[in-house]
Amino acid sequence: MKATLGAGLGLKPQHFDDALHCTQDEMWFEVHPENYLMAGGPRLAWLDAVRSRHPLSLHGVSLSLAGAAPPDAQHLGRLAGLIRRVEPALVSEHLAWSTLDRRYYPDLLPVPRTSAVLARVADNIQRAQNQLQHRIAIENPSHYLRMDNHDWSETDFLDELVRRSGCGLLVDINNVYVSAHNIGYDARTYLDNLPAEAILEIHLAGHSIDAGEDSETGLLIDSHDAPVNDAVWTLYRHLIERIGERPTLIERDDKIPDFAELMAERDRAQELLSTQGALK
Amino acid sequence: MNGVADTFQRDFIRAIYGIDSEDSALSALTTQPGFKVYRNTVLKACVDALAANYPTIVRLVGEEWFRSAALIHACAEPPESVCLIEYGRGFADFLSMFGPAADLPYLGDVARLDRCWTECHIAADEAALDASMLAELSEVDLLQSALRPRSGVRWHWSPSQAAYSIWQANRTQGALAEELDWSGEGVLLNRIDGHVEWQAASRGMCVFLDACVAGQDLQSATAKAVQAEPELDVARLLGTLINAEAFASPFITTQ
Repeated sequence: MKATLGAGLGLKPQHFDDALHCTQDEMWFEVHPENYLMAGGPRLAWLDAVRSRHPLSLHGVSLSLAGAAPPDAQHLGRLAGLIRRVEPALVSEHLAWSTLDRRYYPDLLPVPRTSAVLARVADNIQRAQNQLQHRIAIENPSHYLRMDNHDWSETDFLDELVRRSGCGLLVDINNVYVSAHNIGYDARTYLDNLPAEAILEIHLAGHSIDAGEDSETGLLIDSHDAPVNDAVWTLYRHLIERIGERPTLIERDDKIPDFAELMAERDRAQELLSTQGALK
Repeated sequence: MNGVADTFQRDFIRAIYGIDSEDSALSALTTQPGFKVYRNTVLKACVDALAANYPTIVRLVGEEWFRSAALIHACAEPPESVCLIEYGRGFADFLSMFGPAADLPYLGDVARLDRCWTECHIAADEAALDASMLAELSEVDLLQSALRPRSGVRWHWSPSQAAYSIWQANRTQGALAEELDWSGEGVLLNRIDGHVEWQAASRGMCVFLDACVAGQDLQSATAKAVQAEPELDVARLLGTLINAEAFASPFITTQ
């Protein structure tokens, strides 16, 4: 197993055998830990088997770091157990909230970027990092709403979170592209404003146009159900030309094609990374 | 803690579930087309999770009916756990009480069996009792031993429904027997080598396992089982359960 992470794939149950037998250099897989927090059984055995061949990244969707309450202690305890078990190369979460009053609302809900929220998110990230004994990379959200109660730009907010909590960043370029379209900002400027040294991982994914809408005026949805869009590839190249190689994930969660088709996208990212690496 | 953000989050969730806020700042969000993206994502994820966790019910009632019923339940009972494979603990009770399902009185019990399957599937890994340990005990010691069911074992008795027959036929997409027994059916589910297996369980077996999980010793557990099922062959019951790897090791001697 090589120590460096190149381009990887989200791990899907239907690709278990392919993942196990994949021998590409610098290959790695990412999972949502929420699917593996059970006490035992075949899912965990399956994850252990893949982990015995490849590095893993745990990409959480439910820690609710921007939530009104600190991250749930029981959840953190279970997650810490999974981290000890699989020794992931990367651990990541989102700038979002999804739990309230001990109920879970399975989505990444939007965050008003005020100074009070910033302090709370930084505190929650620190608590989580301390309990997990692992640095967390925070992912930029997809936006569907124009909110006028922000005090901070998103890039400044993320930069300040890094300073205060010691977290890293996960840059989802598709989220940047979708959000730039939906709420109107310049995707390149956004990427240029992110602190390069804090970026630990990059996500690439496909998106779709909201049903019944046209592509000019309609919302783009971060649906992860299509190949990575050409404009997202162009932004990716632009980012890695500035910051250098970073572990890069192809995310696909719906309309999942054959493993070979996902590997072709993964290889495209790997080639860009390798070319970039040769330039450095 | 920031009170303003708390209010924002509480109002946002209420709006997802269709409860309007008087707060104009929130209305400025909920009236945008993008708000429905959040509403749809939250509710779809809950309904998808129920469909994944209750596949037999989906097959019995069809996708459309299932999703309508699941949406009603999802709105009343959002998930408590962030692990959605654990979602839906109350779904069987909901179906039992659900007016439109009155013509399908077995639905709740069939859903309980899907739940049993999931609980077996995600239970802790645990070694089975080595039967030779029991053979070494005197009869007195044996009767005073408490056998503990393994984590990955579940059982359920349906007193007036052919729930097991219906569940099994639909879960395996097999044929349903032409004559169903409506005088009560039970099932024992058990995860062995990563696979959840099942077999029919008698009333006595279910009562026996209930007593075991409550920590009762073999003497009192078998007495209860025989009381519930007078014709029960206790030696055969124990043999069946040991063969099914239903007990954990080590067992506990109560004295």
